[in-house]
Amino acid sequence: MTNQTDHLPRAGTGFRSLSLPPPLRIVLDLVTTLLLTFLGLLLVTFIIGRVVPIDPVLAIVGDRAPGHVVERVREELGLNRPLYEQFAIYVWNVLQGDLGNSVLTANPVLEDIKRVFPATLELATVATLFGVLLGVPMGVMAGVYAGRWPDQVIRVVGLLGYSIPVFWLGLMGLLLFYARLDWVPGPGRLDFFYDDLVDPVTGVLLIDSAMAGEWDVFWNASSHIVLPASILGVLSLAYISRMTRSFMLEQLSQEYITTARVKGMKEWRVIWVHALGNVWVPLVTVIALSYANLLEGSVLTEIVFAWPGLGYYLTQSLLKADMNAVLGATMVVGAVFIGINLLSDLLYKLLDPRAR
Amino acid sequence: MSSQAHDLQGGAGWRAWLLSASPVSRRQARLGRSYIAWLSFQSNHLAMLGLGIVLALILVAILAPLIAPYHPNAQILTDRLQYFSWAHPFGTDELGRDIFSRIIYGSRLTLYIVILVAIIAAPLGLLVGTSAGYLGGWVDKVLMRITDIFLAFPKLVLALALVSALGPGIENAIIAIAITSWPPYARIARAETLTIRNSDFISAVRLQGAGRMRIIWSHIMPLCTSSLIVRVTLDMAGIILIAAGLGFLGLGAQPPLPEWGAMISAGRRVLLDQWWVATVPGIAIFVVSLGFNLLGDGLRDVLDPKSGGQG
Repeated sequence: MTNQTDHLPRAGTGFRSLSLPPPLRIVLDLVTTLLLTFLGLLLVTFIIGRVVPIDPVLAIVGDRAPGHVVERVREELGLNRPLYEQFAIYVWNVLQGDLGNSVLTANPVLEDIKRVFPATLELATVATLFGVLLGVPMGVMAGVYAGRWPDQVIRVVGLLGYSIPVFWLGLMGLLLFYARLDWVPGPGRLDFFYDDLVDPVTGVLLIDSAMAGEWDVFWNASSHIVLPASILGVLSLAYISRMTRSFMLEQLSQEYITTARVKGMKEWRVIWVHALGNVWVPLVTVIALSYANLLEGSVLTEIVFAWPGLGYYLTQSLLKADMNAVLGATMVVGAVFIGINLLSDLLYKLLDPRAR
Repeated sequence: MSSQAHDLQGGAGWRAWLLSASPVSRRQARLGRSYIAWLSFQSNHLAMLGLGIVLALILVAILAPLIAPYHPNAQILTDRLQYFSWAHPFGTDELGRDIFSRIIYGSRLTLYIVILVAIIAAPLGLLVGTSAGYLGGWVDKVLMRITDIFLAFPKLVLALALVSALGPGIENAIIAIAITSWPPYARIARAETLTIRNSDFISAVRLQGAGRMRIIWSHIMPLCTSSLIVRVTLDMAGIILIAAGLGFLGLGAQPPLPEWGAMISAGRRVLLDQWWVATVPGIAIFVVSLGFNLLGDGLRDVLDPKSGGQG
């Protein structure tokens, strides 16, 4: 017993009986969680697929088909088998990358998702960059001036960010910066003129055009992404600045800060190098979480800006009752969400030795 | 503050009774504590603003027929898409309906959604959380695993998938939002239960022969409610935003209901020429969710000083 606790100064959950080295144990723990959660995710999408009021068989054969045709199609679709068997088949298909075919585009759903996902990734990444570049300095300032006016202003800005409907903000942004001021181009990823000039390699336009040396396309794509990304970034800005503030407050009350000040170190160095240096570790988790949230927030932003990403695909399929596409997209978003959450957990535990 | 006490006949007596350091009855102690909480809440101006907004929302919803100059669905097709005027303070929409009246009636829908979601999700989370925390063992493991799975889903996307399965409509939107909202409540209730379950008074109740369900129902659940109320209030803004998002996508309240998100969606078609049609409902959503956020923040500072960022 003592032997084991030497390895594990803070007992975690599960696998305590196995005396594995801590990093391995953490990874193993996370993988179990990952698998169970993913299975749960599939179960949820499976159940949602079953409660659809539309009978998938009747959707195929029509409601005037004779009884034996209905039975045969039901058998072909595997819908006559017990539910647990259907679920097992569903899981097996998903693991092989088979999410069924989209009724709307007639492509396999996975193909469609591969095509649209880079656009969402691009938008969410630029938005997160925006949120970090503005949110972290704002959070630091709020922490340093806690209780005074910069803190109050930043707190109110954060609350505004939490309270604004993002799709409405997008519309207002279009109205002001596109229609009235003409500072940015309209909806979409590119002007019509630049369409199909660059071969999709990664699908991320900013990278593809830069790699191909098509700087015209690159600048056009950049001008298109500025507005949707900054509007989406408001969401993560609010969250990141709030968390940075509380991490900073925690660090600034530590003794090493006093020591640094007593040594006569310049105040900006104390704050931006010493305190902020220690804030980065927990902040990585926060940034990862906000990134995952942006993938979700992009659903509504994509609609407003006609941005051809996963959210746009999801809602278009929804409105056409294309269930395979809806469930496929939901599953992919859920899986990415789970993946990012676990990754941030893992990063935190590996970066911060105290969390092991 | 002292002038306030002097103004009221016998006000000072009430204050002294409420703030007494040695209350003689349970009721006095309880009222005294709420009074102290109220005093500290009152000193937070932003929280008071939030409370004001929420109270105003409730009042407007109740008095909607008295405030609104027109019926929300009354169409005057000759007055389509008009700019602000005395007859139509917020202009008219594409069917000549008075936007001001629709906003006023829309407050009822917002309140309806928020209240129903809270009524479904909070007790569900409370039940799951307290059962998991008190019963422990495999019940705890299974329930918490389910909770984690739901937490792992992005809320809006899960709600979208659920609505697409159940069919669009305000009731289904409420069910979908409730299903995505309960897991954090279960987490909170479980954490509270774990701190309560081993205390002496629970042992005393158990020794008196109370069953598990009775202990959970009448001794543990009441103690979890205050932290749950804070969390629900903080979540209300998020619920309003998701409901508005569903309405905007055409999956929430159906026309002709004056739901604010759906109104923005209708105004989107005429955004460049008649900007107010989409702008005004958005401001309404923004103000109301800001109100709930401010109120929730203030309540958290008062009821749970540990975790609040007191500015």
